[in-house]
Amino acid sequence: MEIPDLGPFWLTLKLATVTTIILLVIGTPIAWWLAFTRSRIKVVVEAFTALPLVLPPTVLGFYLLIFMSPNSAIGSFWVSMTGSTLAFSFLGLVVASVFYSMPFMVQPLQTAFEAVGREPLEAAASLRASPLDAFLSVASPLAFRGFITATVLSFAHTIGEFGVVLMVGGNISGRTKVISIAIYEHVETINYSDAHVLSAILLLFSFSVLLFVFIMNRRFPVGIG
Amino acid sequence: MSKLEIDTSIEFDDFNLNIDQKFSIEGITALFGPSGGGKSTLLRIIAGFERDARGRVVFEGQHWQDGNGANFVPPHRRGIGYVFQNARLFPHLSVLKNLQYADRRSQNMNEQITLNNVIEALDLSALLQRQPLSLSGGETQRVAIARALLTRPNLLLMDEPLAALDFKRKARILPLIEKLPSTFGIPVIYVTHAIEEVVRLASRMIVLDGGKIVAEGPVGEIMERHDIQSIIGRFEAASLISGKISRHIEAYHLSEVECGDAVLTMPYIDMGVGTDLRLRIRARDVSLALTRPEGISIQNILSAKVLEIIEEQEAAFAEIIVDVGGTRLRARITRKSVAELKLETGMPVFALVKSISFDRRAL
Repeated sequence: MEIPDLGPFWLTLKLATVTTIILLVIGTPIAWWLAFTRSRIKVVVEAFTALPLVLPPTVLGFYLLIFMSPNSAIGSFWVSMTGSTLAFSFLGLVVASVFYSMPFMVQPLQTAFEAVGREPLEAAASLRASPLDAFLSVASPLAFRGFITATVLSFAHTIGEFGVVLMVGGNISGRTKVISIAIYEHVETINYSDAHVLSAILLLFSFSVLLFVFIMNRRFPVGIG
Repeated sequence: MSKLEIDTSIEFDDFNLNIDQKFSIEGITALFGPSGGGKSTLLRIIAGFERDARGRVVFEGQHWQDGNGANFVPPHRRGIGYVFQNARLFPHLSVLKNLQYADRRSQNMNEQITLNNVIEALDLSALLQRQPLSLSGGETQRVAIARALLTRPNLLLMDEPLAALDFKRKARILPLIEKLPSTFGIPVIYVTHAIEEVVRLASRMIVLDGGKIVAEGPVGEIMERHDIQSIIGRFEAASLISGKISRHIEAYHLSEVECGDAVLTMPYIDMGVGTDLRLRIRARDVSLALTRPEGISIQNILSAKVLEIIEEQEAAFAEIIVDVGGTRLRARITRKSVAELKLETGMPVFALVKSISFDRRAL
């Protein structure tokens, strides 16, 4: 059996890695805010970050495409800054994936922070820890499982995305052709053997990832007293 | 003595707290009152945990917050130590690491408070490598107290640290808490709803009920006030009396204690002659007589003068406050006796004290 072009596979890993890192950076403060705020607009932000869970990916992809088009304010600003369009580029895919996988980062983290609660943070404050210190030295270790779950789910979910990528990225080899698109293309062109190989890779990969999450959950039972 | 000035209010759905008072904090000051009276809330306001609390909190000239919550100093910069009712040790750190967490972040100087001194004072050396979740309730609170001390606070706040412990564990920790102000030179505000703990530990007390300060002052004076007996009086009415050991009568295993001009005989106290101490005499252990009784087993028969008669309608008992050589003593007798003896203010009587308990060494 011939080995198909693995370029889409590596592109997918790159996309998922970059997306997950960006989500860790912006999703953590959002989740923290949602876990502890008493603001009335909390529910609005909650609903907004959860949207990609229920919205058809094509709808999300369609709106993102509109925003990224050189005719829109954001899209034209991007073109004037970089000289290339955001749509149909790897960066455009990253932006789309960040939106698409946001709930998979924010929700587990929010749940984890809520489980930690205010009590250990007050204790840390009474021991002279600044809020950032308390986050790093107390909240993060106590929410460790939440971070693992959120990271793995965001990563895995980005790997499996299809609809948004198709809308925003198209199918450009080496730039936007991720594994799910490649599989779709192989099936369309009745190249079942390549579709088999790539599908099997994705299946094995996804299973391993989930196995890893469940093993971690067993090994680090709740650290919260 | 430290000065604490609080002028604050906070509203919850079912409860308001309104306080405008200057407090003197000395040794251990008990913050006492029934559950739901606002004790813990007041303590949290002092610590800075209630951001919604409006008003002023000033400790020893440091403004922790001003009117309308302006200039709010966050809890980690207030220089307080806090012992929570539920300890709140960090479960991901060993006992030693919990202590070091506080020790390393502390910026104050206090030569009395070193990691080793505190470990020794609270008897923790055997627990250092343990994980907090494996500790018993009493051990957990000892670690929590040690951890709060290691911040070298200017003011130590303790929120019912013994509430979850059984009698035996309490008895083990009480002496440790009692020593804190003198050993480490830190004033303590101690929240409790147990009057025994107030009497045992505190030199001053603040009584809080329904979100308001009802009384504030030295424990002995507050305990005697009958206008707040509905709050304190669910507990045994008693007199707290300061005295000094004047003599031991070894043959009978007794000690004599001088209180003002009166001398009380009580079971032997294992302390040197001249030691200042505080005695507790329950009102129901004091009887009154018009003439000095003869042929009676009671040792303490003291000549006294009626100062005040507190009678309530439709009650079986009355409380009589008498003066014994300059010391106020409380007696609880039936209203029938008051009528039969024709007791009146200013009358000379004899107070018969059936039993005295040693309360604690005076600070």
